[in-house]
Amino acid sequence: MLYDVQMTVNGQAVSGKVEARTLLAQFIREHLRLTGTHVGCDTTQCGCCVVHVDGVAMKSCTMLAVQAEGKAITTIEGLAAEDGTLHPMQQAFRDHHGLQCGFCTPGMVMMGVDIARRLPGADEKTVRHQLEGNICRCTGYQGIVEAIIDGSAKINAVRS
Amino acid sequence: MGEFGIGQPVRRKEDTRLLRGRGQFTDDINLDGQAWAAFVRSPHANALFSSIDATAALSMPGVVAVITGEDLAAAGVGLLLNDAAYKNRDGAPMHKPPREVLPRRQARFVGECLAIVVAETAAMARDAAEAVEVDYEPLPAVANGARALEPDAPRVWPEFGTNAVVHWEYGDAAKVETLLAGAHKRVAVDLVNNRLAPSPMEPRAASAEYDAATGSLTVYTPSQGGRRLQGNLARLLSLPVDKTRIVSRDTGGGFGVRSKMFPETVAVAFAAKTLGRPVKWRGDRFETFVSDYHGRDQVNHAEMGFDADGRIIAMKLDTMVNVGAYLSENGLRLPMEGGGRIIPCVYHVPEFYFSVKPTFTNTVCTDTYRGAGRPEANYITERLMDKAAEALGLPRDEIRRRNFIREDQMPYKTHLGFTIDSGDFDGTMKMAMDGADWNGFPARRAESLKRGKHRGIGLSVFIEGAGSRPVEGMRIRFEENGDISVIAGTYSHGQGHETVYSQLVHEFLGVDFERVKLINGDTANSPKMSNGTFGSRSSMVGGMGIKQASEVILVKARKIAAHLLQAEAERVTFAEGVFKANASSITIEEVAKAARDPRRLPEGMTPGLDEEVTFENDVENFPNGAHVVELEIDPETGIIELLNYVAVDDCGVVLNPFIVHGQVYGGVVQGVGQTLTEDVVYDASGQLLTASYMDYGMPRAAHMSHIEAHFNVVPCKTNGLGVKGAGEAGACGAPPAIVSAAINALWDYGVRHIDMPLTPEKVWRAIEDAKSQKAA
Repeated sequence: MLYDVQMTVNGQAVSGKVEARTLLAQFIREHLRLTGTHVGCDTTQCGCCVVHVDGVAMKSCTMLAVQAEGKAITTIEGLAAEDGTLHPMQQAFRDHHGLQCGFCTPGMVMMGVDIARRLPGADEKTVRHQLEGNICRCTGYQGIVEAIIDGSAKINAVRS
Repeated sequence: MGEFGIGQPVRRKEDTRLLRGRGQFTDDINLDGQAWAAFVRSPHANALFSSIDATAALSMPGVVAVITGEDLAAAGVGLLLNDAAYKNRDGAPMHKPPREVLPRRQARFVGECLAIVVAETAAMARDAAEAVEVDYEPLPAVANGARALEPDAPRVWPEFGTNAVVHWEYGDAAKVETLLAGAHKRVAVDLVNNRLAPSPMEPRAASAEYDAATGSLTVYTPSQGGRRLQGNLARLLSLPVDKTRIVSRDTGGGFGVRSKMFPETVAVAFAAKTLGRPVKWRGDRFETFVSDYHGRDQVNHAEMGFDADGRIIAMKLDTMVNVGAYLSENGLRLPMEGGGRIIPCVYHVPEFYFSVKPTFTNTVCTDTYRGAGRPEANYITERLMDKAAEALGLPRDEIRRRNFIREDQMPYKTHLGFTIDSGDFDGTMKMAMDGADWNGFPARRAESLKRGKHRGIGLSVFIEGAGSRPVEGMRIRFEENGDISVIAGTYSHGQGHETVYSQLVHEFLGVDFERVKLINGDTANSPKMSNGTFGSRSSMVGGMGIKQASEVILVKARKIAAHLLQAEAERVTFAEGVFKANASSITIEEVAKAARDPRRLPEGMTPGLDEEVTFENDVENFPNGAHVVELEIDPETGIIELLNYVAVDDCGVVLNPFIVHGQVYGGVVQGVGQTLTEDVVYDASGQLLTASYMDYGMPRAAHMSHIEAHFNVVPCKTNGLGVKGAGEAGACGAPPAIVSAAINALWDYGVRHIDMPLTPEKVWRAIEDAKSQKAA
């Protein structure tokens, strides 16, 4: 049996027919073909699939597509400006070598934006603890942590 | 050369694409008309079976086919090979079991593939795989390598009568024993180099399509460069190499494990060829844990003898390495050829005896994982040095200093026949100690103790052997739009090759950094002579390939420029991409364009300025370094908190410090994982207990503190760039430094040894055991 779902993804209204068991991550990747959201584990540990649901970071492998009915989703593809200018958090990842292979990166960046929103001015120790749900195997986290602190400062400077 | 030349901290070109979600990992690729695959995997560590019944599965909706080892054998699919040929001292050859892609009679580890199920969707394929009936007859199994060598252990391959693959030896055991027995001090360690899951963040995947009209097979898969996989797959499927294409667009981490040919890849390719439609398989994390080759898994007994001055007179090392149920491509070699490149590491050891017993068990194979034998070797020698410091009453740095291979002994021939060209081990150690304020430690220790914490400081000095199989093709091509393409068989999967290779081309040919593009990850266009990216080799083999190709290009370009500028070749100067003679000038891009037109060339000159070279070197290079770690242990919980981490690396000439630091940080944290959190655990029956990220302790951001990284640049003398590999050093330095610090923290309790990983439980128990021993 298939269910109709409708939601907004990166500002665009989208709809689809999904099985009850279809995960939001699968809907984003396989139905919408937005493949920037990655799936790195089966147990909600790695955080490669983090997206924003109504502005809040969520692991899209831990939510059914039908649960996202009517929600506003932002994926990594929706972060940069239309002219391609990187979002301040993306730019910070580039400036601080916050990525190597790039597989965990979309989830890390989406999580970083969420940390910047919730915890402006968070220090290194706080950022490290906030990344409990995001695993990176390449960078040793150092560039990621530096990037989130720097990106957060830039985002919050614009806001204030 | 300006802000984009050699040595500059240039930001990465590849980032913009990856940061916007525009990478192309294997699972991001879908092929028209594709079916999906799932695997039937053995739930038993050791079991015979006589039939695989797919009747129920084939009747399920959407199921296309179920393919077993019988189908592969009927089609003549070959065996997965291992080309090692070690011998026992008596000349008897090693045991070599055959490895079928899908075994037909017996499963020998949990997760081994027995059949591939193909269906219209991934979910249908998985559902059907669960409906395939296999009549298992479970047998006793053995998972622990040391246990496997006991006389009553179940035999993985009963026909060999033993689980020992071979007993390989180097050196004179009796002579070394005599020296050890007569030494002023004799120290010993018994160590576990714990088994690790490489765990690239991208789970393993493969998609294949076969074009019957041309007889060509294309396989999309994460890799570390496709050439070796290509040859292997072509042989297995009896296809011409040039009709077998391996494509890796982006790969989500390699760490050694992505350089191997796995049964799943062969089965997916076979299914696509047989069924005449594309087949895609995306492994999940559970499958990646049970079927990706693991790393390390050595048990070591090592001894050293010292004279009264604290100088080493002899060393012996007994190593057991658990190779798993079969012989993978390299697993067996790692103690002798991986670690063997450097053992006994940074120390001059006059007499050395080395014994290796690779051992079959009912587990997935072990193979290369970041460092591949060198972290194990350095851990052994560094633990011995700490023991020796205690035995001789010397500081930990002093015992090392007295035994370092000195620069005046270089080039230094190692016991196993490698030559260390350069290194300043004492200077590097001093930099690390100064950077960590080693001498100020007692005050910090006292301050920690006031808070109820035990503070420790640890030191390691290590060496790495990088750039193995030093042969690699490299091509430079001038495009019509003005771009300059580097076409490589090395393959960037996180290392930033597009950036570093662009710096090199910019440096040597003076072209715009932004106009240099990297084409890699596709055997359809990569140089024929290629080994790929592993063993910290691409800076040397890829970098030197670009250097040599550039030199050939400039010789020819100068002649063309002279012809066009109507000057003598020797009067033509070249700087920053421009040839000048008298008042005239021409850019190298213009020369490249002219070179395509025979009418504009000197008479008899072959058109074209593109060049392919094959770089070849006789020797590896030897990166080295020193780490100092400071940590605190909470005796109530056994939790270790890292406080300060100083890493000093000699990786020769640094091409891009921004990127090399990233390699150091990543390597260090993989070493931290081995030391504190990671452990692949099989139970006694061979069930894998750590098959998810909930059970396997991947290091997280909070396990680490800030790493302070510095360089002590000692240019390599055996390659023209002076580079030494940077990828694996961190993983070599971290385990011995952290263990040294932890033991230092617990010294007053009398704790002298804890096996990795140093989990809170183990640390807490070590403290409690030491306390009760003192009380008794």
